Amino acid sequence: MPEQLFFTIEVILNGLMAGVLYSLVALGFVLIYKASGIFNYAQGVMALFAAMTLVGIMEGRIPFAHLINAILGTKIHHFGWHVNAVLALILTMGVMLLLAWLVQKVIFKHLVNQEGIILFMATIGLAYFLEGVGDLMWGGDIKMLDVGIPQGLNLWIDETTYNMFDYGFFIDNLDIYATVIAAILVFVLVGFSQYTKQGRAMRAVADDHQAALSVGVSLNFIWIMVWTLAGFVALVAGIVWGTKSGVQFSLSLIALKALPVLMLGGFTSIPGAIVGGLIIGVGEKLFEFAVGPLIGGATENWFAYVLALLFLVFRPQGLFGEKIIERV
Amino acid sequence: MLSTTEGYMTPDGRQIGGVVMEMKNITLKFGGVTAIEDISFDIHEGEIRAIIGPNGAGKSSMLNVISGFYVPQQGEVFFRGTKRAQLKPFEVARQGIARTFQNIALFEGMSVLDNVMTGRLTHMKAGIISQSLWRGPAEREETENREICERVIDFLEIQSIRKTPVSRLPYGLKKRVELARALASEPKLLLLDEPMAGMNVEEKEDMSRFILDVNDEFGTTIALIEHDMGVVMDLSDRVVVMDYGKKIGDGTPSEVRNNQAVIDAYLGVSHD
Repeated sequence: MPEQLFFTIEVILNGLMAGVLYSLVALGFVLIYKASGIFNYAQGVMALFAAMTLVGIMEGRIPFAHLINAILGTKIHHFGWHVNAVLALILTMGVMLLLAWLVQKVIFKHLVNQEGIILFMATIGLAYFLEGVGDLMWGGDIKMLDVGIPQGLNLWIDETTYNMFDYGFFIDNLDIYATVIAAILVFVLVGFSQYTKQGRAMRAVADDHQAALSVGVSLNFIWIMVWTLAGFVALVAGIVWGTKSGVQFSLSLIALKALPVLMLGGFTSIPGAIVGGLIIGVGEKLFEFAVGPLIGGATENWFAYVLALLFLVFRPQGLFGEKIIERV
Repeated sequence: MLSTTEGYMTPDGRQIGGVVMEMKNITLKFGGVTAIEDISFDIHEGEIRAIIGPNGAGKSSMLNVISGFYVPQQGEVFFRGTKRAQLKPFEVARQGIARTFQNIALFEGMSVLDNVMTGRLTHMKAGIISQSLWRGPAEREETENREICERVIDFLEIQSIRKTPVSRLPYGLKKRVELARALASEPKLLLLDEPMAGMNVEEKEDMSRFILDVNDEFGTTIALIEHDMGVVMDLSDRVVVMDYGKKIGDGTPSEVRNNQAVIDAYLGVSHD
């Protein structure tokens, strides 16, 4: 019997760590939605783009090589050098900053005060555009991403738990690192929004545009900042997911996994994104473990969405979302 | 007395300084509608200047021109002696012009203290790293700004609700918090858009007292909009009267009160 219990605990632990990855993606959505009311469909593609850029820079690939070769008839692909992971990370952050600036300058600056659905449509356009540009810049092949995060079974945990309980827990190193990275990221984000001038201005813009203007906050600056932050979060999510399963198109589909997380946690709550991700991570692993065998498995594909549906019926604002009450 | 660019003495013996803000031949149109037509007036340092008029006279539009929310088609705005370029509202705020809104624009999700602290945003200079680490200049700066905010909160007698989320406050208190936020920025010019709108008599009296005290204590220059004649006459040093986008009177309360055009506008004489 204890074996059964330990196995359940192991499932929960793995679920929690999978949940952290969902939270990571959901965070990017929440940041932008809170500050500008834009539901950013392109968040997943941003993660893909960030990971592609990181790999491209690290491997010394020449951006738009295929395009250049097709036009000039040359055969260039690589600069012939490799870039250190840390330096490549900084450069990629620079690219994400540039992207944020462009997105605000070219698209959303002209859509201020438009309806939510129009802003949403614009982000769908952005998603396809970015996907195309990503492929054009770095090529559409499946890339391996290795920034030095160890992968595979953590032997120490396995051995220690085996000695203690006679049952070795299977925990992936990458999951542990991902959890630590996500925790640090959340810590930094919360600190930033609560204790810095820019964070206070960001919360002000999220609350009331007019009032924010009247205390001297530039909306444009804040929106660029928020898109940059979302870009950084996308980069982190892209690194973790890309290390796990390679940098390829399917990486952008993690955005779909973030949707039920947001419905659970609420679209405007950073803690909500975390808790929602954890609940879905654990829920789908436990469900697969307990009910899966009875109904033929593969429950992980739909469990999160059914859970989200239930929430839509009984608690539409999510666990931590703001309930909208209009006084009449 | 009114034409001097120098200061003047009020009947109750306060010395008013020179011109802080001057509006010259302002015309503002929305499509075919002329909201403001060729209006000029000035605001002196340390005075309480009211803009009054019946509903739809263009008062709020005028305030929005001053605070940069609207850009007039014609006319010039002079602030502290220099002609103001076309500025965005947040740039106007950074120049030291604070405002409140007719329909209250507070940060509903934040506490009263946080709302007032946002008034200090334009005064914060510390770098982001130093802020995150909460060391050195950032710590000193935050403490200083906090002190100023607490003083304003004390002054407006809202200590008891410092930590309350604004969304839970009644209307009258919200108006006061908005005033506190504007005051916290230590404005060179404070714009109040219908500070007494929707208040009962008691709240109106409180607000009047606060406006007078602010002017008295900090020497803040105040421009306010009101359509309630009675309140304004007791409060202000000089009054601009608008009707249908035009200026129909300008002077001390007693001068304005005896102005035939003003009486007509308020009693509703037919315009032919």
